[in-house]
Amino acid sequence: MELFADLLLIAIGAALVNNFVLTYFVGLCPFLGVSRRLDTAFGMGCAVTFVISVAALLSWTMTEFVLRPGAPLPNWVWSSLNPAAEAGQVDLSVLSYIVYIFVIASSVQLVEMYVRKFFPPLYKSFGVFLPLITTNCAILFACLEIMKHVVARDWGLAESLTLAIFGGVGFTIAIVLMAGIREELELCEVPESLRGAAITMIVAGILALAFMGFSGIGANVEKLLNP
Amino acid sequence: MAVHEPTPLERFLNGILPENPVYRQLLGLCPTLAVTAAMKPAMTMVGATAFVLICANLITSLIRHLLKPHLRILVFTLTIATFVTIADRTLAAFAYPMSKLLGPYVPLIIVNCMIISRCEVCSSKQGPKAALADAIGVSLGFLLALASVATVREILGNGSWFGIQLVPESFPTLILMILPPGAFLALGSLLGLATWLGQRRKARVSESEAGSA
Repeated sequence: MELFADLLLIAIGAALVNNFVLTYFVGLCPFLGVSRRLDTAFGMGCAVTFVISVAALLSWTMTEFVLRPGAPLPNWVWSSLNPAAEAGQVDLSVLSYIVYIFVIASSVQLVEMYVRKFFPPLYKSFGVFLPLITTNCAILFACLEIMKHVVARDWGLAESLTLAIFGGVGFTIAIVLMAGIREELELCEVPESLRGAAITMIVAGILALAFMGFSGIGANVEKLLNP
Repeated sequence: MAVHEPTPLERFLNGILPENPVYRQLLGLCPTLAVTAAMKPAMTMVGATAFVLICANLITSLIRHLLKPHLRILVFTLTIATFVTIADRTLAAFAYPMSKLLGPYVPLIIVNCMIISRCEVCSSKQGPKAALADAIGVSLGFLLALASVATVREILGNGSWFGIQLVPESFPTLILMILPPGAFLALGSLLGLATWLGQRRKARVSESEAGSA
């Protein structure tokens, strides 16, 4: 029950209260670039959610067993090579950024191959967006958040996956809302110098203002779950 | 050579205003919005990004003949990730509070599209001199962009600039400007201002051309 409460809090936090796009500003490139039409925006949101979950699973595994200070695998290798060494001395966290970017790039590649093989129509509708997800900062951001909590030893696999999946859901919510607003904006008379990116930014600001209202929900759910 | 290659000086000047990474190309928006609540973190961010950009541009331009087309993006990202690790560790060692404040945004330099685009556009095609000039020019452009956003946000939101109190403390401040929505609003208005200035200049140039003809 306690785990469930924790997961619920993490889910609400990632999807609404601390929305990836509107509070942390990660994943802005697709948020501005692919939010012109509702259906492509939704497709992009789903693709990001999927990749973020796969990448989170892989990076949690890497962090837990290889990268964190005192991780089992490198320490086992080191102590079998050098029996005189003290246990738990090896710390590979210097390598974490390089490993994460590698993990993200390869999971995007894997997802692309899988989707192309088994869901050709879906692959066609994603088009060029799939490979572009590699440089989406939302995914690296999720990996870094997971790393922070795994190193502090307070998150397991369930919490990490919840953060990743609901972070992706939050991204989808934000980009779909934005696409809906931009479709309406096409019909509006916008001052000439504000057209394009500038008005999109201002709309995003108002959207972020609306999302700040969710911070009350997070606090109330917390009170409800831990009276 | 059939195609005209920009000289180092052109690369340098282009990076500052004509091809300003933030205002003209809309690249590197994530740090532009995230760390500009005040001048100090913004300038630290510019320093870290400039270090990574200059080093990565130099290295990719030195190894540009070895790059295979289908693997080049991976090579760029791994080069960048290496330098970001160096910058992150250095910041954590010598400026721990600032490193804590910037949090995940230092490692997120890896996926800053601005750096990858400079590797792709300039340094994988031209020699180290042009690559260095380009990196410095783009870094200055990035500095200008972040400084402008941070100036607006810190003065309106906190009444200070670089931590120096400008507006008397009894004046009310717009707290909104140092919160996330303020970042979007400030950058949106500045983008609009930049476009407006550009359009006005263009109109003036065409007017004077029409007048002389």
